[in-house]
Parts: sequence; C-alpha cells; structure tokens
Amino acid sequence: MKNKLNGQSVKNLIIRNAHIVDPANKIDEVMDIHIKSHRIVKWGKDLAAEEAEILDAKKLYLLPGLVDLHVHFREPGYEHKETIDTGAQAAIAGGFVACVTMPNTKPACDNAQVVKYQMERANVLNFNIFPSGTLTQGREGKKISEMAEMKAAGAVAVTDDGGWVVDSGVARRAYEYAATYGLPIMSHAEDHSISVNGVMNEGVVSSKLGLRGSPNAAEDIATARDIELVRLIKCQLHFQHVSTRGAVAMIRRAKAEGLPITAEATPHHIALTDEEFVKYDTFYKMSPPLRTEKDRQAIMAGLEDGTIDAIATDHAPHALEEKDRDIEVAPFGTIGLESAFGVIMTELFHGRKWKMEDIVRKMSLTPAEILKKTNFGRLKTGEQANFILVDAEKDWVFAEEDVHSRSLNSCFYGKKLKGKVLHTFVKGYQYAL
Amino acid sequence: MTQNGKLSWKRKDLLGLRDLSAEEIELILDTAKSFSEVSQREVKKVPVMRGKTVVNLFLEPSTRTRVSFELAEKRLSADTISMASGGSSMTKGESLWDTIANIEALKVDIIVMRHGSSGAPHRVSNYTKCGIVNAGDGINEHPTQGLLDMFTLREIKGKIKGLKVVFVGDILHSRVARSNVWGLTKLGAEVVICGPKTLIPWGIEELGVKVIHDVKKAIDGADAVTLLRIQMERQNETLFPSIREYASTFGMNTELFKCAKPDAILMHPGPVNRGVEIESALADSPQSYILKQVTNGIAVRMAVLYLLSGALKNEK
Repeated sequence: MKNKLNGQSVKNLIIRNAHIVDPANKIDEVMDIHIKSHRIVKWGKDLAAEEAEILDAKKLYLLPGLVDLHVHFREPGYEHKETIDTGAQAAIAGGFVACVTMPNTKPACDNAQVVKYQMERANVLNFNIFPSGTLTQGREGKKISEMAEMKAAGAVAVTDDGGWVVDSGVARRAYEYAATYGLPIMSHAEDHSISVNGVMNEGVVSSKLGLRGSPNAAEDIATARDIELVRLIKCQLHFQHVSTRGAVAMIRRAKAEGLPITAEATPHHIALTDEEFVKYDTFYKMSPPLRTEKDRQAIMAGLEDGTIDAIATDHAPHALEEKDRDIEVAPFGTIGLESAFGVIMTELFHGRKWKMEDIVRKMSLTPAEILKKTNFGRLKTGEQANFILVDAEKDWVFAEEDVHSRSLNSCFYGKKLKGKVLHTFVKGYQYAL
Repeated sequence: MTQNGKLSWKRKDLLGLRDLSAEEIELILDTAKSFSEVSQREVKKVPVMRGKTVVNLFLEPSTRTRVSFELAEKRLSADTISMASGGSSMTKGESLWDTIANIEALKVDIIVMRHGSSGAPHRVSNYTKCGIVNAGDGINEHPTQGLLDMFTLREIKGKIKGLKVVFVGDILHSRVARSNVWGLTKLGAEVVICGPKTLIPWGIEELGVKVIHDVKKAIDGADAVTLLRIQMERQNETLFPSIREYASTFGMNTELFKCAKPDAILMHPGPVNRGVEIESALADSPQSYILKQVTNGIAVRMAVLYLLSGALKNEK
C-alpha cells in the first residue's frame, strides 16, 4: 500500500471552536469538545481541562463520523481487490467510521464463522465493521441462510446483493425468515432476466455507442416485486443504490402507505449519467448502471423529499487487470469511499444548497438508525470518539495518487471537488488526512 | 482542417463514422474513387505505402474483410502481416494492451483491428502511436463497410443526398447498420430501418432515422435496400420465433422488391443466407450489387490506409 494512515491514540484532547452539527442532539453551533482516553467527555462553550492538548478547529465543522451502508471489502477470498485492512484505510480516508460489508466474498458470508472472522479482523484494525450476511446459502437463491446464528454473531442485515433472489417464492420465505430475527433485508433490485448482458443503461446513448443496455425496467420490476413482498410480510426492507425514476416513485408511494421501507442512493448516481460512457471506459461500468439525466434528477428529488433516506457508496474495488478486460466482461463497480464526501458536498451542499445537517442525516444519522446502532450517527458522552473534522470550502481534485484502497477503479478522477474531510476520529484514534 | 480550400486528413485512426464530419467522409469517398482504378490495371499496385508496415489483427473470425484489407495493403505496396486470435499469444492469456504494445514495439505504422468487444479499438487508440483502423468492433461499428456501401451508392446513383436507403434485418447486432446510419444521415440521405422490434436498438430514431416494421411500407419508393444477415448464433436470445417466420415476413424476394423504385439497387454486406433474408434469384439479379460492394471495398480500404499513413507522416 502506498499511503498507510496511522492513527494516533487520543489521550487527552480539546478541540476548540469547531462548528458541531449533530441533528440527533440538536446541536448546530460553534463549541469545544473534550476527548479523554478515546472517549468523549463532554462538549460545550469554553471547555477547560488541565494538561489537555489543544486542536484549534476554527472554521471547521465537526460531524458525527460517516456510516456507509454498502461496501465490498472482498475478504475473505478476493484479497487482490481489497482487504478489510485496505478497505478500512479507504473508509477512514473518506471520513467513514463504520461500514456495512456485503457478503459476496469467497466463501460467501452465509454463516456465523465468516461474520465473526470479518468482525475480528476489523476489531484488530480498530475499525467498525457491520457485516451483512447472505439471504440464501452461497447466494444461490435457493436455500435460506443460517440467519439466526449470523445475527447472534453480529450480522446487521441480510442480502444477496448483486444476486437478487429471482424466485419470488424463495424470496418470500427468506424475507419472512429474516423478519423473524428482525434483520433488515437489503435489496439490490435487479431482474437479471431483463438486464442479462447489458453493460450500461439501455437508451439513446447505448444505441449510439453500440453497447448492450440494461433498461430501467430491470430495476423497476424488481422494486415492484419487493414492495409487494413487504406489504405481505411487513419485513424491514432497504433498497440499495436506487437508480431509476420509476423506483423512486414506487418507493415514495410505498412509504406513504406506511410500509417499512428505506432506501439509499450512491454518489455516482447522484453526480453522473450514462453520457460518461462515450470513451468506453470500464471504470464507468457499474450495477445498476449510470442512468439518464431524468433519473439523476429523480434521485435528487427523492433524497430531498425523504424518499431516499441515505447515501451509500457501493464501494466496489476491482483489480486493474480485471477492469482492463473487454467492456462486456469487465466486472461492475467503482470504488467510492474516498471521493464520496467531496462529491456529495460539491453536488448537494454547494450545488443544491443543502444544510450541513442534511448531509449528516443522509451520510451518518439515518444509516445508523437503519442499523439500529445508536452509538453512531451522533455524539455520545462516554462513548468512543467517532467523528470527523471537515473543511466545507476546501477545493481539491480527486486523484489516483491519493487512493488508499487496494484498487484504483474510480469514476471520479479529475473531478473538481469542494469540501474535504481533514481529520477522522475512529474508536478514539485520530487520523490526520 | 482545410488547407488552401482543400480538406486534408488529420486523424491517425479510423474508429467509426460517428466521429467523422460529412467533409471527412466525402474526402475518403473521393480518394477511394481515384484508387478504384488501380484494381482495374494489369499491374495492380501503386507505391504510396512503400516502407510502411501494417498489421491485420483479427481477433474475431473474418474472411472477406481480412482478405479485402490484405489486398488493399498489398496494392498500396505496404508490408503486411496478419494475426488471428487462434494464432496469437492472446490465447495464452496476454491482454489486448500488451499485444498492442508489442506490435508497436515492432515499429508498425497501422493496425487494422477486428474485435468482438464494442469500443475495443477506441480504448486501444489512446494507448498507441500506431494508427488504428476499426475493421469491426462488437455490435458497434464497421466503418470501412459503411464507407464502401456509401461509395457503391454514390457510384451508381451519382449522389447520396436525398436518396431513400432502407436497412432490413437484425439492426440490433449490426455494426454495419450502425456505421451506415451515422454516415448516410451525415450526407443527407433518408434512412429507414426495418425489422421486428426485438431487432431494433432502443431510441434509434434519435439518430435521425425512421423505423418502419412493415417491410412493404419500409421499402416503398426506396433507392437502395440493404439486407442484413440474420445472425444464427443469436437464436438462443429469443429475438424472433423461427427462421421460417423471419423469411416469410422480412425475407426479400423479386416480387416484394418491386415496391422499391424500378431502378433501386440491392445491397448486402455478406455473408448471404440465401432463402432466409434474400431469395436466391434476387441475389443474382441485375439489381443486386453485392459483388460490386466487394470490389469497391478494396478501393475504400486503400483510401483509408493511404489517408491515415499520410496523417501519421505529418505527425512525425
């Protein structure tokens, strides 16, 4: 790894003059905060503490650490793409203090042993990982996974992620079983019988470029099916990386009916469209694909009216030699942890005049609430320091040299960004970025 | 791009007709016209590419296009080597980028490339100093085929602007159709696409073409009709029910062809499936210009190689 981040154990520190934004605690003002032996002691005006180190955070925001509902850390099985170590480094570099890992590892995370292994690895690395387990054994869409044991081991959700359970009968039983244990279901809504070999969004651009497309209908049909299963079962279901205007509309309606549904969108679906494909660059090949401007606008409207609850990266590392293959066979995905905050600040805080509180809700508080992790998404006295210091006005350009992830497949290189994380505090360790 | 009122060629690559201006397309067609005479001579050779090396890198099966390029190169006096996927180190796991880098290291001037992946030549062209000629990429483009179709059309009809040109068949998987659509619309032809909805790309109308599913209406008053091969290898995708029904609904025959203008010409990029998309008698009729297309292919490819090698020389 090129850039290894080393955390400093925080013994006794006062951060002065930080603009703390913490909607859960209804804080939105300039204050000091005191951390001792990794834990938050208190916050308030003009704090005094003998022998404490001082960090002046004038003009900086202090926000609860970001929580990502959707990452691929690839361990075990695909350590050439990412490890829990390099994934955690990328997360910290991006201001994330906790991540939900997807279960498409090798072996798949479909049993308690893999859940335990991932959590232990994260623990050694002083990082917070919340593993998700599979819905079905081996992500094959046939037999229900051992969810009770996975939940006991620490799994926070169940999902077959990229392998949406096509058989509605199996899905129904798997969702019911998950609901037994209060495990949220995370749904990558994609009917593979429609998307088949599509490499990008099906539309005018795919027709112009001579590439096979996957239409919005692949996501819309899957979304509709899952909403009906939620109506039947009343299970908690979270739609991952919503990308179509149709899905946004359906989720909006379902939530208005009171169904227990939540949803996320990714920075790349917020910032980019299928026009990016003109150079046939496989770094823009992701699933779901980048859609049209109409869809992008619908995603932003959905975020702003509360239809979409959270922003998640779908950080999906792949080795260059894999991404360099023919566009039809190159794997789907982009890394996202290290660019996410800058992209969201640029597009939404500066671009659409969001309040900092809105950013915190979408990237920290609501994700923590979806996971029922009340120690995250807010400041809490007596708990480990998990927060970030942010310069909202800093201009920067995301570059390959800065990447901490083991893989380099980002769709955001060269993008001019405004707003950057300067310090990440995780479990009471301080990382200066 | 214009020098003393005359257009000069600046590109090192020919990737597709999507990128070209109407003027550039016309320059290629004009240049091809002067080369078409070479193949009529007793000594079918001009020395304009003497000392240039061309590699034909065909990573997908091809006979007619490869032979046509090889002959074009030889008639321009270039030194040529042909590589096919079976005989290359790519079957040993070498990446396309490494293959191209190795060819470049051999001081090759132009790579003529056929590849099964859409956009492969576009991606490669950014990484090499060699000129790249796209000889067909996936389902995207086959620019020299598009150019030779337009060359044939212009030769017979004297112009392209205002002509009604109809394409019947599998448009979805046809790189030939896509190149023709880009080129013909730029030169002012009226382009009509015909086939079942399953074989028409989404939103193709936005490229300035008309889609008509009834073949009789589609070819009504046409100046030229190009038939596209039904790709037997794609039968498992359930795009149409049977070859029999396709032949009876979209297959062209002498009777049906009377709906086009009396002097309409029939074209086909080959290979022809007789009895499927075209009745045998029609394929052999005087209105069929299928073999003329093959002959013209050499002149067009000579023109492209000649223009590209000129641009490469200027760059040095």
